[in-house]
Amino acid sequence: MAKYQLSHLEELEAESIFVLREVAAQFENPVLLFSGGKDSIVCYHLARKAFFPANVPFPLMHVDTGHNFDELYQFRDELMEETNGRLVIASVQKSIDEGKVVEEKGINASRNKLQTTTLLDGIEEHKFDCAIGGARRDEEKARAKERFFSHRDDFGQWDPKNQRPELWNLFNGKKHFGEHFRVFPISNWTEMDIWQYILKENIKIPSLYFSHQRDCFVRDGVVMAKTDFIQTKPNEEIKQMQVRFRTIGDATCTGATISDADSLDKIIEEVAASRVTERGGRADDKRSEAAMEDRKKEGYF
Amino acid sequence: MSNKYLEMDLLRFTTAGSVDDGKSTLIGRLLYDSKSIFQDQMEAIETASQKKGEEKVNLALLTDGLRAEREQGITIDVAYRYFATPNRKFIIADTPGHIQYTRNMVTGASTANLAIILVDARNGIVEQTRRHSFIASLLGIPHIIYCINKMDLVDYDEQHYEKIKAELVGFSAKLRTKDFRFIPISALNGDNVVNRSKNMPWYEGSTLLHTLENIHIASDHNHIDCRLPVQYVVRPQKDEYHDFRGYAGRIAGGVFKTGDEVTVLPSGFQSKIKSIETFNGTIDEAYAPMSVTVTLEDDIDISRGDMIVRPKNQPNVTQDVEIMLCWMSENPLVNRGKYTIKHTSKEARCMIKDVQYKVDINTLHRLENDNQIQCNDIAKVTLRITQPFFADKYKDNRNTGSVILIDEATNNTVGAGMIV
Repeated sequence: MAKYQLSHLEELEAESIFVLREVAAQFENPVLLFSGGKDSIVCYHLARKAFFPANVPFPLMHVDTGHNFDELYQFRDELMEETNGRLVIASVQKSIDEGKVVEEKGINASRNKLQTTTLLDGIEEHKFDCAIGGARRDEEKARAKERFFSHRDDFGQWDPKNQRPELWNLFNGKKHFGEHFRVFPISNWTEMDIWQYILKENIKIPSLYFSHQRDCFVRDGVVMAKTDFIQTKPNEEIKQMQVRFRTIGDATCTGATISDADSLDKIIEEVAASRVTERGGRADDKRSEAAMEDRKKEGYF
Repeated sequence: MSNKYLEMDLLRFTTAGSVDDGKSTLIGRLLYDSKSIFQDQMEAIETASQKKGEEKVNLALLTDGLRAEREQGITIDVAYRYFATPNRKFIIADTPGHIQYTRNMVTGASTANLAIILVDARNGIVEQTRRHSFIASLLGIPHIIYCINKMDLVDYDEQHYEKIKAELVGFSAKLRTKDFRFIPISALNGDNVVNRSKNMPWYEGSTLLHTLENIHIASDHNHIDCRLPVQYVVRPQKDEYHDFRGYAGRIAGGVFKTGDEVTVLPSGFQSKIKSIETFNGTIDEAYAPMSVTVTLEDDIDISRGDMIVRPKNQPNVTQDVEIMLCWMSENPLVNRGKYTIKHTSKEARCMIKDVQYKVDINTLHRLENDNQIQCNDIAKVTLRITQPFFADKYKDNRNTGSVILIDEATNNTVGAGMIV
């Protein structure tokens, strides 16, 4: 490799660190949205790099549906402890108890959509003026149009047809009182970049990503984990399967993959050979062709 | 395989054009032939194409992400696409080509190393070709590839291609970009896109993908003029780093080494680089576009917006700058109006002192007496800034030669400027 030439992962890392530092410089009270999934873990790792040797100058917020896997809660708490992270939790259960949202009913009930209200309430309650998220443009077609610095009006809504132009590395985080920003430092990363980076940097991730035995059933061609939060239909047979998760979200809408990949190297091999996007197993995206765009407009992450 | 992945470099390119150019088909083919389209994405667009009653799978649906775009069958905004070959990773900024989307083209071009400009073989150079070439060159894109597309519709005729190429060579001599390439293709049939064309044995050059994979981009950054705009001051307030003051930023140009003499602007104080810190340990040298934190030997008051440079190679410190301005707002530019201006990590206010001329972006003629600057117009403008800026010419450094203007009432980004 020629001297004075960064590899593509080094260049992506430098870009993300630049964006995170801009957030710290331009906003008074930013927060990093942390789901415990690999993308938010990588974002947090990049934030630790950006401000080293100082601590990350903003807290993390977990929008907790209460329907996550146990492994995830355990992982989250250990990571915060090890890295001196400051965590705030915005609870969907609390939003339900307070009557702000109504739980979906029926066989495909999910708390995914309810998260939006809890997220916006959490932002308002803590007076966060910027929420950093681990969304990537390669994930989904509406996300392909996102800016690094994405403006939200005082209802938290995204106006995709009227976005601010974003040129060079000059990010405009100016806003009126009550408005906030969503910032996406890893916009330009692909799923493969994330995995390769986790391997290169030796980043810890939840055990759910690695192949394990679990009670599962199949619905609409997607393998789902059996949990207390999800009702099965009479014809859905529960079987023990060898699976892993390619993305980690709410247990009610995240599909598992039949897989033997029990190491990062094997996961990378599997991702390289895959012919389906990682969101292919996400029931929340399949509700309609513009499902993601519609949720994003309302303020979904 | 893993190790190889860590050695890949990154090429950002932009494609401008309208649907009928075959731009979407070309991008679709690059993604499809490099196996970057997944099965579920393919199924989704097959279903969508059928719903609209189209006979063939419409690859444009892959790039048009917004509901309004799909409904109207047009590209409104910049969309980013990603693909990789074993040696290189690519980011495509896919932008609409119509004149009312000049600002989107400028946005997509601002971070690109390379532009692909499609020319319809039946029509040769048209207004749109001139406009796209001018914007690519104005935005300092170092490499332009002209793809003479739809060769299948002119019987793959060599003479036809040579005639268009000669016209393009003549025209592009007037542009600032120096590296031009020409490739005869048929995006629809895949000739010379990924695979060599059997229909054009007379063409001895590379295919488009081969060109994209091998074009030399290492020297696209400025590694001569040392510039570190201070973005953030790192003060750990921890016992083990008691007196640590680090200046964090992304190297905008040049190579900084430990021990180098430096000057801090605007104070003019001199010091030496004590260390270059990263999370993974100290390093001996740093260059664009790395994000680093430097410490200095002396205790100097430095804050965001300052710039660390070398004593014998300093930018122009000035409150008056001339820029080529692309106007991006529905509200016209206000002559003598005041705007917020951002340049590297620095922010100030500025006044529009004078509109020197507007450019007719189709003919490249200067319109000296027209100073009504509307959305998508490009003009040469003189600014007066409230504080001194550390400015380089855009042609020397895209990082330290670019500015944006922000409307103070709406907070919108309304202008993109390149210092001349």
